[in-house]
Amino acid sequence: MTKLSVEGCESGYGEVQILWGATLTLRSGELTTLVGSNGAGKTTLLRTVMGLIPAWKGTVRLDDRDITRLSPHEKAQLGLVLVPEGRQLFSTMTVAENLEMGATPGHARAEMRRSFDRVFGLFPRLAERISQLAGTLSGGEQQMLAIARGLMAKPRILMFDEPSLGLSPKLVMDLFEIVRTLKREGLTMLLVEQNVQMALAVSDHAYVMGRGKIEIEGPARDVRQMPEVRRAYLGL
Amino acid sequence: MRRVRAPFLPALLVLMALVALFPILKGDPSLREELFLVFMLVTLASSINIIMGYTGYVSFGHIVFFGIGGYIAFWLMYSFNVHFLLAAVAAAIPAAAIAALIGIPILRLRGAYFALATIGINEAMRSFVTNFEPFGGAVGMFFNFSVYDTYGGAKASGQLAYYAMVGIALATIAASYAVKRSKFGLSLMAIREDQDVAMVVGIDPARAKVVAYVISAFFPALAGATFFFKNGIIEPGHAFDLLRSIESLVMVVLGGIGTVAGPIVGAAVYEWLRGSLITSPLLANFQLFLAGLLLLVTVLFVTAGLVGWLRERFPVLRSYLQ
Amino acid sequence: MILSVEQVTIRFGGLVAVDGASFEVGEGKILGLIGPNGAGKTTLFNAINGVYKPRSGRIVFRGEDITGLRPHQIARRGVSRAHQVVRPLNDLSVLANVTVGACFGREQLGLRQATAVAEEMLASLGLMDKSEMPAGKLNVAQKKRLELARALAARPLLLLADEVLAGLNPQEVADMLGVFRRIRDQGVSVIMIEHLMHALMNVSDHVVVLDHGQKISEGTPQQVSSDPKVIEAYLGDPAVAQRFLEEGA
Repeated sequence: MTKLSVEGCESGYGEVQILWGATLTLRSGELTTLVGSNGAGKTTLLRTVMGLIPAWKGTVRLDDRDITRLSPHEKAQLGLVLVPEGRQLFSTMTVAENLEMGATPGHARAEMRRSFDRVFGLFPRLAERISQLAGTLSGGEQQMLAIARGLMAKPRILMFDEPSLGLSPKLVMDLFEIVRTLKREGLTMLLVEQNVQMALAVSDHAYVMGRGKIEIEGPARDVRQMPEVRRAYLGL
Repeated sequence: MRRVRAPFLPALLVLMALVALFPILKGDPSLREELFLVFMLVTLASSINIIMGYTGYVSFGHIVFFGIGGYIAFWLMYSFNVHFLLAAVAAAIPAAAIAALIGIPILRLRGAYFALATIGINEAMRSFVTNFEPFGGAVGMFFNFSVYDTYGGAKASGQLAYYAMVGIALATIAASYAVKRSKFGLSLMAIREDQDVAMVVGIDPARAKVVAYVISAFFPALAGATFFFKNGIIEPGHAFDLLRSIESLVMVVLGGIGTVAGPIVGAAVYEWLRGSLITSPLLANFQLFLAGLLLLVTVLFVTAGLVGWLRERFPVLRSYLQ
Repeated sequence: MILSVEQVTIRFGGLVAVDGASFEVGEGKILGLIGPNGAGKTTLFNAINGVYKPRSGRIVFRGEDITGLRPHQIARRGVSRAHQVVRPLNDLSVLANVTVGACFGREQLGLRQATAVAEEMLASLGLMDKSEMPAGKLNVAQKKRLELARALAARPLLLLADEVLAGLNPQEVADMLGVFRRIRDQGVSVIMIEHLMHALMNVSDHVVVLDHGQKISEGTPQQVSSDPKVIEAYLGDPAVAQRFLEEGA
């Protein structure tokens, strides 16, 4: 049972407050999606949960343990892993080296061999390019590598920050296929996405963010039908 | 910024004039020599302040205009017996024109590239003059002492040069103040802070920068003409002395960039320090080291310079220390 | 029509940032310019005020073709801009910042008059008590008001407002919207880029939607927000999502 709960989170950058009390819960084995218009605070929320920016108020709990003040690598050790926006690969390292770097947490290191197999099974294209420099991969391949690197850490919870950004429609479909495969394997995931329709189609549970708070939540199939979602994006 | 109406400029000019008169009244020729140098440095520092402090372009090689003014004036006096005062003004005009000509291309460069370019210009000019026979080439030119007879002898010429230098310094300060308080000065400072925003707001940065550069070249040229008139001899290394260029930069930073009083304070303090250190047998050769050290310390710890620090510490003094 | 953007295309090397966009801004109206991230909105602003030169197309301001003019020339014709990332002149006082706006814009005022206009502007935007402070010391919301004050001090005929509401709390947003309505009533035309949709939709007279550099819709706020193309641009294609869902089931 892996549960992540975020309560009343407030944070921002410098003096600018972005999150004004965000609350959400990830249920074990479920794919939860977080959508919302630009500037709503989705990326800020992910970064705050991960500890890349400090929370000014509120708590983050992993299975009832307060992890709010832990550093990002400590959270990774506990199994909370982020696939960041824009991939953020080690572009001058090879595919293999990037994957090795992903297996940094202690428990992941021990299982690195097995993880390599799993990852190459999911992404055969990466196996073909194992010695290629990450910076020379195509956009779609880079996104695959970013996810693969996340998986190398043997996450209990995997979070994605806008993985479809910059991908062609075909690659977007491939991406969501992979997400669906991971979901079938029972991995608990939080997906932050721009492509609302696809995200709601693939998820179990959905949150819609606006103005730094959660405005709508519910089972994904219900949220899909709500006109409020459109209003959250288009104002009317 | 523009509300307080303290009689800053007149007060400052009167103060400077009184200081200038002091050695005359006291009959102290060595003090007069000291002050001659200080007023010259005030002119140099204050001029650099216009392009560096107000506009944000660090002119490392600014001494080039001092040299150009010196050479053209000297040549006019040497070859055609032109009166010193006329020669000085006649030299400053081509110096300003040269500033416009080189300013147009090099002011397009930003930051460190501009600074390097100005050093390049100075070195190029020195190299040119060294090989330019009409200006005496590497040897330079020197006066036959009879030249000074026109002005009543060597001693009287010295006095004339002194009064001229004081006048030039006062004129430079007045010009610096006028620029700072004008709409033109505001455009320079906007360019300094953010050139792109300056454009968006309606300022033509290319034109404004060149005008600032031209103004900042005029007064050093006059100072150069005066200095070498008194010196009686001019040669390339002395006229285009990069060390002196850098020293005047240090004076501006030390005194307070972007203020009118800063270059004055900086020049006086720096010259005083240098004067006392040069008599110490240990430190006499460390001029450049001292300059560098002062620059480093000021930039790191007292960024706004002495005047800037005083303004911060004693807000009451703000209108008196602009 | 105070501004007419005609088939404007802007390219950076091989990348087409704006692709044949055309629209008009009515005089004394607020036009909302919206679109997902990367749609080309700020790039379009950069073309209108002369920072970029379009590869093709025309921009006509008050009957004059201003395509390719430099920013300061366009500013002097009465176009002002408030930037997305605020750019105060940090070491200058708040008053000096706004005076700069008044001095070099359309009216080319002298220093004393410009200062008077600047003071008026500071008063109406609630920054008068900070007029002597160095602009760098203001907080973000104040810097945003300063940016707007500087843009308005030029008494522009057209204001380009790029995400001026970002980072403001609800009260500050409401105050800023009030400012926009006031200046519109005084006859200033505004083009507004905003992600704060409800705010933009509330204050705009007309809305233009960009996606991937192209105009995909325009109309009243109501029309645009119920236009399926716009909804798809923001939310994705529902048909594709439906197919995906069915395949996996």
